[in-house]
Amino acid sequence: MNAIASFAAVPDSESSPGVWQLAWRRLRGDRVAMVALAVVAAYAALVVASLVGLVAADWTREVGVPYANPRFLGPTVDESVKIERPSGPRVDLSAVDPLAPRYAEWDARAAQIQSVSAPHLSTLTFGGDRLGRDVIAKAIKGTQVSILVGVFAALLATAIGTALGAVAGYFGGVAGDLMEWFYNVFTAVPGILLIFAFAAVFGRGTATVVLILALTGWTAVYRLVRAEYLKHRGREYVLAAEAIGASHFSRMFEHILPNVSHVVLVQLSLLVVFFIKAEVILSFLGLGVPIDSVSWGTMLNEAQSELILGKWWQLAAATAFMAVFVTAFSTLTDALRDALDPRLRQG
Amino acid sequence: MLSYALRRTWQMVPTLAGVVLLVFFLFKWFGGDPATIIAGLGATQQQIEAIRHTLGLDRPWWVQLGIFLREIVTLNWGASWATNEPVAHLFLTRLPATLTVMIPILVLQTVVSIPFGLGVAVVRGSLTDRAAMAITTVALSVSFLVYVLVGQWLFGFYLAWFPIQGWSDSVLTNLIHYAPLPILLAMFVSIAPTTRLYRSFFLDELGHDYVRTARARGASEARVLLRHVMRNATIPILTNIATELPGVVVGSFLIEVFFSIPGLGREILLAVNRSDYPVIQAVTIYLALLTMLINLLADLLYRVVDPRVRLN
Repeated sequence: MNAIASFAAVPDSESSPGVWQLAWRRLRGDRVAMVALAVVAAYAALVVASLVGLVAADWTREVGVPYANPRFLGPTVDESVKIERPSGPRVDLSAVDPLAPRYAEWDARAAQIQSVSAPHLSTLTFGGDRLGRDVIAKAIKGTQVSILVGVFAALLATAIGTALGAVAGYFGGVAGDLMEWFYNVFTAVPGILLIFAFAAVFGRGTATVVLILALTGWTAVYRLVRAEYLKHRGREYVLAAEAIGASHFSRMFEHILPNVSHVVLVQLSLLVVFFIKAEVILSFLGLGVPIDSVSWGTMLNEAQSELILGKWWQLAAATAFMAVFVTAFSTLTDALRDALDPRLRQG
Repeated sequence: MLSYALRRTWQMVPTLAGVVLLVFFLFKWFGGDPATIIAGLGATQQQIEAIRHTLGLDRPWWVQLGIFLREIVTLNWGASWATNEPVAHLFLTRLPATLTVMIPILVLQTVVSIPFGLGVAVVRGSLTDRAAMAITTVALSVSFLVYVLVGQWLFGFYLAWFPIQGWSDSVLTNLIHYAPLPILLAMFVSIAPTTRLYRSFFLDELGHDYVRTARARGASEARVLLRHVMRNATIPILTNIATELPGVVVGSFLIEVFFSIPGLGREILLAVNRSDYPVIQAVTIYLALLTMLINLLADLLYRVVDPRVRLN
């Protein structure tokens, strides 16, 4: 009894750290990766805050004058000469003006209606767009849309790629050939063209973009996962699992998947960056998120005509939000790959 | 060599059949009804029925698949739904503009990136190398759109060194007048990723034993790099160019849209926006075929570059 208890206690104190623990230790030693992780975490917090409505909930409100300047530039001086409204009594035109008899009636009616014109600010923190909407609020909302589209599309594509890759690599044979055929078909058409063909058929909308990107982008995950399963299916631990009666499904997803999950994770993060860029381009071309929504791509689209008018702030805001996120995320992905698989370390 | 080529060609058949089926069922099941798209908004039921009959849409799907196959084989896709222009004619008239822009981009990008990639690979780990890698990471994080937007504004509008956009009928005018700005911008954008990629190719080769042997033998550094390393790195570089070639035919959609170049890429985008199915279907299928042929050609070229490569 005593012996068993002490035996059970030993692995706890002396167990070797798992692959994730080791990876986390390596990652923590990488200062650049930690900074990147902090930036990505900040963006994640921003997306959540925007999603629940804490920030940028009223991004559609027209708070400023059209193309309001950023605050540090000061308000635009209106140089156009305003025509003064003539004062004094109206000139009597009743002899020639057929509407003249009704002016008094209309004036009375007009006086009954109270109109309040909301004050529009002449400057905003970082400027306004064509409708006077705050560019910062817009960029935050755009961040939410772009990142969520990228993440969900990547999750879906990874799920598809992993499932197909697992089946192809694990079973091989006819199922494997069928999957290989699928893979060949999808990679035969250049990626962007495939996306366009799907977009032509499915139409527009945020969920549609996610679907299109996922359905066209699973191939890279598939290829790597299949190769991993081919390698793992004959290993001792899988044979041992078979010996104790684990089902095919259990062997595929409970035994092998955790051992190849680092490959999947790296592919997932590569896809996030790729899909965010793809979404930006699709939205820019008008094939992405709908017009009542905003993403980095639609902001860049508006910026195209604004630039000629000298209104550069929307371009700057969208670019800065995107560049910081993508740089941080790519850096983190590289570090993650190095940490999970030190043999791959390059340069 | 010939038997290899023949076998590879034969292996393309199932893949191509798959692409045809994918395109057919994608548009059949998920696409809108072609008859309503063609007929427009004010069409009567009778008109729609008439169009359905002409297109064969009232017949079973395998007959429709047969019609589709006949169109592919005979290269007769009929006319674009939007402009009534024959699809084949549309291809032939739009392709030259695309090639005028895309071929110089591909050539310049390769020619510039090889020395860049080799240069940073040789000094790997140094400050120059790390700075170059950091710059490319940041450069890659900014959307392609931003470079073109700002570049077009700066060089076309603000400095007015180049025309902002436009195209003419003369190839020469196009090349020296209208094409330089798009070519330079696209090249500028593609240098960062290509340099990164080529650097990794060169790094792979630099780690091999033959490099150490060549150095031990007393070969000059230039000889080691240009004769030994370069020759071996040509294979992955060729593969990379081969994968990019089909894209050249489509052209960069964005470049053509930004600069109003009447090329194939812009035409495809217009077709997507107008639900012009015949154009999209034709482009997808022929481009898939072209991609496969180019891949085959690249594999055959390896043999020429590197006699050690066994084709089997």
